[in-house]
Amino acid sequence: MKNIRNFSIIAHIDHGKSTLADRLIQYTGMVDERNFKDQILDNMDIERERGITIKSQAIALPYHAEDGEEYVLNLIDTPGHVDFSYEVSRSLASCEGVLLLIDAAQGVQAQTIANLYLAMENNLEIIPVINKIDLPTADVDRVIEQIDSELGLDAFSALKCSAKEGIGIEEILEAIVKRIPPPKGNPEGPLAALIFDAQYDPFRGTVIHCRVFDGTVKPGDFIRLMFNQEAYKVEEVGRFLLAREKRDRISAGEVGYIFAGVKTVSDVHIGDTITLDERPCDKPLPGFKEFKPVVFSSIYPIAPEDYEDLAVALEKYLLNDAAFVYQKDSSIALGQGFRCGFLGLLHLEIVQERVEREYDLSIILSVPSVRYRFTLKDGSVMFVDNPAHYPNPLSIEKGEEPYIRAMLLFPERYLGSVMKLCMEKRGENSKLGYLGPGRIELMYEMPLAEVIYDFYDRFKSITQGYGSFDYEVLDYRESTLVLVDILVNGEKVDALSQIAHRDQARPRALRACERLKEEIPRQMFKIAIQGAIGGEIIARTTISSFRKDVTAKCYGGDITRKRKLLEKQKKGKKRMKTIGSVSIPQSAFLAVLKSDTDN
Amino acid sequence: MNSKKIPGLYIHIPFCLSKCPYCDFYSSTSISAAPDFLNGLSKEMEMYRHQFNPIDTVYIGGGTPSLLSPEQLENILTKVRKNFDLIADAEITIEANPADLNQSFLESMREIGINRINIGAQSFDEKVLGFLGRRHSVKEAISAVEAPRKAGFENIGLDLIYGVPGQGIGVWLNTLKQGIAFSPEHLSCYQLTLEPKTPLGRRWQAGEFSAPGEELQYEFFMKTSEFLEEAGYIHYEVSNFARGMEHASKHNQKYWDHSPFLGLGPSAHSFHGNQRWWNHRSFDQYLASINAGNLPVQETETLTIEQLRLEALYLGLRTKKGISLQDFKKQYHSDLLSGKKKIFKKLEEAGFIAIRDGYLYPTPTGLAIADTLSLI
Repeated sequence: MKNIRNFSIIAHIDHGKSTLADRLIQYTGMVDERNFKDQILDNMDIERERGITIKSQAIALPYHAEDGEEYVLNLIDTPGHVDFSYEVSRSLASCEGVLLLIDAAQGVQAQTIANLYLAMENNLEIIPVINKIDLPTADVDRVIEQIDSELGLDAFSALKCSAKEGIGIEEILEAIVKRIPPPKGNPEGPLAALIFDAQYDPFRGTVIHCRVFDGTVKPGDFIRLMFNQEAYKVEEVGRFLLAREKRDRISAGEVGYIFAGVKTVSDVHIGDTITLDERPCDKPLPGFKEFKPVVFSSIYPIAPEDYEDLAVALEKYLLNDAAFVYQKDSSIALGQGFRCGFLGLLHLEIVQERVEREYDLSIILSVPSVRYRFTLKDGSVMFVDNPAHYPNPLSIEKGEEPYIRAMLLFPERYLGSVMKLCMEKRGENSKLGYLGPGRIELMYEMPLAEVIYDFYDRFKSITQGYGSFDYEVLDYRESTLVLVDILVNGEKVDALSQIAHRDQARPRALRACERLKEEIPRQMFKIAIQGAIGGEIIARTTISSFRKDVTAKCYGGDITRKRKLLEKQKKGKKRMKTIGSVSIPQSAFLAVLKSDTDN
Repeated sequence: MNSKKIPGLYIHIPFCLSKCPYCDFYSSTSISAAPDFLNGLSKEMEMYRHQFNPIDTVYIGGGTPSLLSPEQLENILTKVRKNFDLIADAEITIEANPADLNQSFLESMREIGINRINIGAQSFDEKVLGFLGRRHSVKEAISAVEAPRKAGFENIGLDLIYGVPGQGIGVWLNTLKQGIAFSPEHLSCYQLTLEPKTPLGRRWQAGEFSAPGEELQYEFFMKTSEFLEEAGYIHYEVSNFARGMEHASKHNQKYWDHSPFLGLGPSAHSFHGNQRWWNHRSFDQYLASINAGNLPVQETETLTIEQLRLEALYLGLRTKKGISLQDFKKQYHSDLLSGKKKIFKKLEEAGFIAIRDGYLYPTPTGLAIADTLSLI
């Protein structure tokens, strides 16, 4: 055990986490130059394209240290987005130390701090690493100053590297060996292993990623997942090299995987404890939380005949994403679909992209919603995450919506505009602090609904990219809520309905109307687009009809040419949703979901 | 299919003295190649000998057919009569450039049996003619329109263009007024289409001038329709007007009701049954093919029943007569109205179409959006 180190790299987005991970893998000789594919741990196309890690990964690095000993360094890569902060916390709980990576040019950012707090909560050894020191804009002294003043860490312990150029990598590996303590635990004790990830293997079922704290697990053992108390027979255990490597056992202190005939990843809960069925541990490892989706939206196929394909696609997708939940749903305007729950907007976008890309489906998403709580006059309480289930307004005693605490870090010069934005987004109980000279840390409590709407994009644009943002969910607070409907030629498009705060209803309805006006092509009839609360129209735009489109000449050769054009248009029309007699393209639905700053 | 529909013959004369900058029809300016062409054309006719019979219309278009000599044209018609059963009172049309029309040419045309002349006057406004790059003047246009009557033509058509950049509606209505003063039996009024591959189209794309917007186009279209209907012309197709349906172009109507037609000459299109084919666009390829003993066909397409239905719909909706619901059902094995009653009712209420006496037909405002109407 003394030759094992379990560590993670934590960083703000784009500070070079994946590049450093790659470099460590390369340095320890896991892959030669020739077979090296950039960012090995980011397996999915989406991860590479967006430059973020979505799923946790683990890899065991063999390292021959200066002291002459052979070590196994278990690197547990963590997701890099606030939507997945629970997954991050479980990965960190599996480690004894972290590399806190900070971009030498950008310095400390919101996620740097959020991740630092998570590491501190888990009592981890923290090694600050300043990355990208080769950049012309690098300001190492300033970052050292921030590490001291903003993070309260020992600035002298900070390492400097350029993961891209391969500078300072050995020093990092040595620091991991010397500064991060070896794991503790009793290999003979009752099994206690923490699940930090679960992935789906089409041939073997679910592969559970875990860190063993006490005890030993081997093939043939019956394990019990403590949250749902299900028992499974272990088929295989092993550790992670570039591919899985089968072993005869994994014991206290080690990071590895277990196959135990678990069908889907949703049977496995991240943060749950694995123990032995016959000789269970006293109590589960601390920190377990059940996944709770916070953003909800319905997915419909554009072509109704694609419904079955969509059902299959979601079923398959679910195998590999335990955080995704869905159930059947139907819309008057859009037909059969599914109501889905997500960890956040990014999670929603990822699901949308993967379903469209991997299953070649065209889908429409309804306006995302948070989960509201209504107390009715009869005293009953109901949760509503789907505008279609909005209670009769006359029966509502009280409406409540979830609030979050937002942590915003940004240069002082943007303070005025950021505060204005926060007020507009109904922020309250602000707390302002100076992290360092000219650097603001601003806390605000605000409705989650505002954050999922367009807060992040606007914040980023206001701070010209210098601002960073993180949040945690707080509680439910009373709110004046209304249901805003969008009508196209008098027909309600239920996928565009949204629950909103009374004060936001009109601007939101107006914006939705304008977006639709931009995206819906002119048609034979005038199209009225309205926003309404019940019978009260609160916003309105009109798309005028077109008057002339006929080709002047249509003789011999023109006939084929024109037919081909019409065939193409007909095909395009099939990919639109007809509501009333208005054809609405997919882009119109998406445009309503998008925020103002997206263009 | 098409059992009762009599075929028509189109002959493409691929020569022009100068290319008009808006035109994307195939033509070449080397008139010296005419003898080779006539030779090839004659062979092409022999290849189709008796395959399209009888024939009741011949349309000699182009290009500029009036560049050919009366002898050359006579030669063509002789070959037509030799290879096809041309019925006695067939409609035989020639397209002509105003600059080419002198009295003796016209009289020769009458003598060889041409009974309909379509004159590419385009405009009676000097500025518009200049913009269009025509090689004739207003004066020539006027005398060209007067001349055929004197030569005994009883079926005269005028081609005019509107929606030309810079041309106001007033200028256009003036041209129309001058046009009908000659009492032509037929008028084709085409809105200028800026084809991207033409010199004018390129200048437009480069931003040298702007084209009329949709609202103005609509106004041009409706004013034209109202003005000519008022003057006693029937707006029988999107761009065509006739002083009584007996003067409507029999040949052109074949294009819109799926009648068979045979197109001869470079780039000419043909249709029969469920097949459409077209000749090589280039004169050299056309000739090489024929001289090698092959049909000069570049490509053939076989239409599915859905494609035929779509064509029947959009072509039918270009005409005042519209689509016979019964014929449609018989020919394309599908009820045009079934499953679409609601939308048709809405279109009828909005004044785009009417369904009466077994026909579905567009109103003038419906004609203006006939392309989209056909997508319902």
